[in-house]
Amino acid sequence: MKTKLAGLSFLFKDTLTTIATVMMSIFIAAAIFGPWIAPFPKEGAGETNVDNIYIGPGWHHLLGTDELGRDLLSRIIFGARPALLIALAVVGFAAIIGTLLGLIAGYRGGWIDNVIMRVSELFLSFPPLLLSLVAVTFLGPGLVNALIALIISWWPWYARLIRVEASIVRSKPYVEISAAMGVPDRIIIVRHILRNVTTPLIVQIAADLGTVILAAGSLAFIGLGAQPPSADWGLMVAQGRNLIFDQWWISTFSGLAIFLAVLSFNIIGDALRDHFDPRIARQ
Amino acid sequence: MRILWNRLSSALLVLCAASFITFTLARVIPSDPALAYIGPKATAADSAKLRITLGLDQPIPIQYFKYVWQTLHGNWGYSLSTKQPVLQEIIDRLPATLELIFFAMSFAVIFGVAMGVYAAKYRGRLQDSVIRILAIAGVSMPAFWLGLLLQMLFAGRLAWFPATGQFDIDLKYDNPITKVTGFPIFDSIITGNFAATLNGLHHMVLPALTLSAYSFGLLSRMARANLLEVMSQDYIKVARAYGLSERLVFFKLALRNALPPIVTVTGLSTAYLITGTFFVEQVYNWPGIGSFAVNSLLSIDYPAIMGITLLAAVGYLVINFIVDLIHAKLDPRVWMR
Repeated sequence: MKTKLAGLSFLFKDTLTTIATVMMSIFIAAAIFGPWIAPFPKEGAGETNVDNIYIGPGWHHLLGTDELGRDLLSRIIFGARPALLIALAVVGFAAIIGTLLGLIAGYRGGWIDNVIMRVSELFLSFPPLLLSLVAVTFLGPGLVNALIALIISWWPWYARLIRVEASIVRSKPYVEISAAMGVPDRIIIVRHILRNVTTPLIVQIAADLGTVILAAGSLAFIGLGAQPPSADWGLMVAQGRNLIFDQWWISTFSGLAIFLAVLSFNIIGDALRDHFDPRIARQ
Repeated sequence: MRILWNRLSSALLVLCAASFITFTLARVIPSDPALAYIGPKATAADSAKLRITLGLDQPIPIQYFKYVWQTLHGNWGYSLSTKQPVLQEIIDRLPATLELIFFAMSFAVIFGVAMGVYAAKYRGRLQDSVIRILAIAGVSMPAFWLGLLLQMLFAGRLAWFPATGQFDIDLKYDNPITKVTGFPIFDSIITGNFAATLNGLHHMVLPALTLSAYSFGLLSRMARANLLEVMSQDYIKVARAYGLSERLVFFKLALRNALPPIVTVTGLSTAYLITGTFFVEQVYNWPGIGSFAVNSLLSIDYPAIMGITLLAAVGYLVINFIVDLIHAKLDPRVWMR
């Protein structure tokens, strides 16, 4: 048991990382068990309670209630699931698309490499997030479209990363020998190249999860992501925006959830990078 | 010179392609531009007529070349929501955004690099940990949320700063700014209208601080990491062995050599600020491109969206280009490649 856990010891390497790991576990628990641990599960799911609007944080409602009288803590707990799911989906699809294209480009080289890389450079020639904003506008606001829009601007990073790694591995003697011996490309790609790109891939995925939560929250905040009545953190910040001077808790706590989720993912991403890339960790 | 030419030509290529993507997004995606122009209640005959006037009946490639031609001649179309020429809207609003970016970036560079250097100097100590937490908080902070928090605290509770806007509303009656360059704070300084300068700076504090959080975090992290990497190089050990003072080694040798990557990150984070202004300007009602962009996106004002996207792509290119130039200046090896 001990040896198995030792692989994950980087999650507890210092106080900050340990706190981040605990926070992330809480978010994951909220995402999975939300309906069972929320104090007011019906209100978390969207049921309104107009007799209770704008109750400040207190004993009965720890984080207060929102403009429709729903318990804010329950809403935030319910918001964990879409936040984590969108992060996983965006990073997952972007990584799959990017890895496939990057592998092809890096392994094949030649014109196909040129085409794939030019196209991904094109996507990267826009400031971050801009392409997603424009895409979701024309696709129409909503959670699924926001997800597609985010994938559109995320895959090129993976394509570039994997292509570089793949072309390095490609020129290694043992890969050339395999190719010369007539080992099919498919097997070389899976056995040698894919195996060698997993580490940078994992590090990149871990680093991106937080950024995607932030980006999705930003889209929702300006009204282009999840739509009411979904329990979405960015949307909840937007709904509390005009009340910030009086009913301050709505935006404050919803945004705090985004901040803490992104923060814990970023800290863990750093720890993972240091763990896999000792060159940087030395610093 | 050759490298300069290479960069310029690839920049041009990217620009052509960027304009094509922008164009495609606006034309090929389901929403009908003609419908967006006159609204859903228009008769079929009217919308057919409009399609011809707007040139939407022509094949897509021809439409694209027309679009490029028009764009190069300064005709960026009319905004659907403000009914003003898009280019005019952009020219009117750009200075406010550029001033905001300028102050945010100055703050981020000065404090970010200083903190990074400080953390590197006190590596492993309490100062280092505190800065590390600040830096990672900076890059994890949703700008729109930080904006609201600062508004609530410093504009609402403490009333130290105004909550929204670029100037007090009555400023234009009391101390109107004479327009010289169009950059309001800059103009107020060169025309000696210091009441307006102060007022503008007072309004600038919260938005600039909000916008700078991300860059601040990024820069202090990078400054620290790069400085530590340079400090571990052999020539630093040699310099120390020669008996050069620690001060000289740190500031002259190490910092000088850690600069090029810091410049790159500065450029990169300025690029992040382009979309960052969308959210910050939205929160602070800043009369710049960012708030115009968000409003255009929300109302599917496609001529405005195309204009802003193109502008942002150009801005991004220019920033990258400047970064390359400074990089080459700081690191002579770039020219040898």
